[in-house]
Amino acid sequence: MDSFLEDYEEAPAVVVGGKRRRRRRRRSPATQAALQPLLHLPFLPPQPVSSNEHKSNFKKSKEACLSYIQDALLQKQWKRAAEFLTCYVESLEKDYSREHIGPSEMIWRIGTEILWHHSQSRMKEFSCFMEQMKTLGVKRYLKVCLEHVFHLLCNGQIDEAYQNLSLAESWRFGEQTAIQDKEIKLIQAYRGLLDYCSWSKQKKILLEHGEDGFADLAVEQEMHSYFRKAAVNLKEIIKIPGVWDVFVKCYVDILHDIVPSHELMIDFNTMLQKSKKRKKRQLGLEVIFAALDYAGWKENAKAWSCLARQVKQIVISEKHLDWIKQEWSSRKDWWPDFHFSRYLAKRNWQENKSLSHEKALVAGILLGKDCKYFKYVSHQGCKAQLKRFRMLKKFVTRHNPVYLRISGPPDCSVQR
Amino acid sequence: MDEEDTRDFNERCAQCSEVNWGLTDGGRFYCRSCHNVTERTREVVNTDFITNSRVQTISKGSKKQEKNDGGCEWYICEGFQLVLKKQVEALEALGVCPQMKDEILCNFWRCYLQKSKQAYCKRPAGETVKTLSVCESSTDVDSDPERPSLLHLLSLSESEGDLQTDCSFASSVSKVSESTSVYSGSVDGSLYLMKNQKEKLRMTMPMTLSFCYLALLWVREPITLSELLRFVVEGHIPYMNVFQHFPEKMKLCGLDLKIFCVESWPEYKEVFNKMHELAAFLDLPRFPDITESCFLHPDMLCMKYLMEANLPDELHNWTCRVVKKIGIGEVDFLTLTPGNKSTRKVKYDVLAAAVIVVVLKLLFLLDDHYEWLLSEFAEERNKNNTEGGPYFEFKKWYEVVKHSLDVEQKKLDEEKAKYLWRCEKPLFYSVKNKSKVLKRRQMVVNLQNQFGKLSGSVQRAEKPNPSSFQLSWSEENTDGSCFHGHSLKGVLQEKCGLLTVMNPDYWLCTVKLCNEKLCGHLAHYREVEFPQSYHFVLGLFSFLLRIQPSYIHDEFNKSTLVLE
Repeated sequence: MDSFLEDYEEAPAVVVGGKRRRRRRRRSPATQAALQPLLHLPFLPPQPVSSNEHKSNFKKSKEACLSYIQDALLQKQWKRAAEFLTCYVESLEKDYSREHIGPSEMIWRIGTEILWHHSQSRMKEFSCFMEQMKTLGVKRYLKVCLEHVFHLLCNGQIDEAYQNLSLAESWRFGEQTAIQDKEIKLIQAYRGLLDYCSWSKQKKILLEHGEDGFADLAVEQEMHSYFRKAAVNLKEIIKIPGVWDVFVKCYVDILHDIVPSHELMIDFNTMLQKSKKRKKRQLGLEVIFAALDYAGWKENAKAWSCLARQVKQIVISEKHLDWIKQEWSSRKDWWPDFHFSRYLAKRNWQENKSLSHEKALVAGILLGKDCKYFKYVSHQGCKAQLKRFRMLKKFVTRHNPVYLRISGPPDCSVQR
Repeated sequence: MDEEDTRDFNERCAQCSEVNWGLTDGGRFYCRSCHNVTERTREVVNTDFITNSRVQTISKGSKKQEKNDGGCEWYICEGFQLVLKKQVEALEALGVCPQMKDEILCNFWRCYLQKSKQAYCKRPAGETVKTLSVCESSTDVDSDPERPSLLHLLSLSESEGDLQTDCSFASSVSKVSESTSVYSGSVDGSLYLMKNQKEKLRMTMPMTLSFCYLALLWVREPITLSELLRFVVEGHIPYMNVFQHFPEKMKLCGLDLKIFCVESWPEYKEVFNKMHELAAFLDLPRFPDITESCFLHPDMLCMKYLMEANLPDELHNWTCRVVKKIGIGEVDFLTLTPGNKSTRKVKYDVLAAAVIVVVLKLLFLLDDHYEWLLSEFAEERNKNNTEGGPYFEFKKWYEVVKHSLDVEQKKLDEEKAKYLWRCEKPLFYSVKNKSKVLKRRQMVVNLQNQFGKLSGSVQRAEKPNPSSFQLSWSEENTDGSCFHGHSLKGVLQEKCGLLTVMNPDYWLCTVKLCNEKLCGHLAHYREVEFPQSYHFVLGLFSFLLRIQPSYIHDEFNKSTLVLE
């Protein structure tokens, strides 16, 4: 406790911290993309002129010093900024606990900027500086840790970043731990992210070696351990409300690879369908097809409705039929028996009309209106005078030619 | 201490026949001339004030009680004495005559100590000194209802401090012990801050400069108050962290910091007013006369400032005329007579500057119009006629001086922003936060090293040598940037053989005067209400004297009122 120099009974600046955190999240990119160093220029809060009278010259001179630093930073004059910062640091010896932003925070932020951009500065010095900053304030400890990690990642020092994250995660400081739980979550998230990176690296290695027919057990085990660690963290993170896209994607990526039939796949598909990006929508289609490859999902109406919805949408727009074609090409040999047998048609109709409706749509599009499944279900549906089945029949009939394009040249698999 | 204790002992020494006695540690008399120790011991005669009080004496010797931590008992005025000593030594190094230290300042100081009953007097019997220090907190401390609370003491202090630090200090001390004992390294630190001391003109850091200036004035040294304060800011005279020169055993902490650690530059007005209070308090006689040949006389000062402001020498005639007209050149007016309420307190430097402003206004009007008109005429004339020396062109002067002024002002602003207030000697309010303070200091030093290296080859400039002139202009410069030799002919006209101003109208710019007693100002100076030229001229002298433009404006108004 003694290592913290600031008296941690200062007035909490929660609002400010909150704002900054949100900004950070919005900006937080995937590790693959270049991480922008987070620029938080310490702008002085506007001082009312009248209060100038009562301030000591010490304070006025330090304020002037700060504005010189600010100017230098804005003009990227790092040497000059360093010169003035050298004069500013003695503010640490004064008590500023009433101020909105205290000198220790200023020094941390300004120092970070200078050290990051200055040509003569080395990463080692930077890390040394960050370590000092960590001791300056208990309330900021985790934030400083996080920023340090970001900078390390920018510099490509993944291992050091990971070490720092682990260290930060295990930090405990009385009630501060509870207060700074958001930072802890972020730390855990990023650790999970790094675990994911390691995992995918391992997977790549494994794949390469796999081609040689050589499977390294150790590598595989390591991979699994990363997976476990990553999964645990990421799962926790997703529970918290917030924008976690990147992390979710990584999580799902892992699961998709290892557990394609995971229940999250449905949500994933839904999410991906909504995306404006084509690649994502295609991925969504992939995901849902993959999920339905598994016996566990055969009777899942929701899964089928996802697939149906997407297929329908593609058919109506007449765009991207090739996606369906691609997915179907590896499945057309066995899906018809697996999902669309006559027996199943009867059973689905009896047990779950919605399920049969969705499946019928898919079957109709993929196999044509003359396929067993569709014929049975639509016949039954029209006999029962259910409107949606009539509409289904109309729809499929109208778009019948599509299946020919999807199923490819007629030399293979003849539809019955 | 020795003198008082041995006062009653008047025997001649057996060895050297001198009567110069001191006391050994064991309480025996010894001869200070030949160090002959006798067997006679001092007898305590008066036992009245032994039990509940302490006999206070100021000792210049080494006989002090040692505290546990290697410190010793010391009194606040001893600290100030050391400060004064350092300051006057610095002044001596600047060239001030040596008598100032030993004869003048020393006597002023002794007189002060006596008048404020801190030394050189017999403490009236029965008056107890309630010194409060942690080591000796008496048990009946809490029961005394009149003892002021700690926060009360802190708020009374005149020296600026960080109130937040005070509060945190207060809370930290109150946590230390159950009784609200006050903590200070000196014996009478808390006493010093108590209210009833005000009548006795309590000593403060700015007041040390008042002492210095008083002595300088007595000796009529050619240093004005504004110069003195400038030397302080430039570091030629110890003031800011002078306590770091205190001997090791004089431990500074707690309330001592409030007294000796200043965080503001000394203010002209404060030092000036205190100086006059002090002169009256000390019952000083009339000071040595300030005559026309004296540096502080307006004629002399005007010449200096005219040179520094790069104005033509011919203007000096005018300043002398104005000085004569408004009667500020009289010996009786200028010489300080303490205690005489009817005489004006003269700010020599500000007055001289104001006179110059008056003259400029007389000749150029400074209404943002006339002076430029005159300048154009002079320019025309200078172009066509190069013989007989150039005429003074206001415009050219303005450009040259403004340029230099801006450069110097920028330098000054940066210097002020880069100023390092803390020194190596760490300061703690209480033993409790000593380790914290030391750690912080260490971190500050580390950071300074780290970023200092990154500052590149920009080294901190060496302290400039103290100089009387901040701006200098040389006639040898061929670029014509020196205006000393320029003629005022373009501005004046011959009238009955006398050179007079071309424009006979002259008016005071200030629309509304205020009551000096109410707010300290004769007239309020706001930049927007006055012409730019006037503002520029005020700004120039404001920079040279390092004072607010409003001071000069006040003096200017005072002078002008008399003139009209």
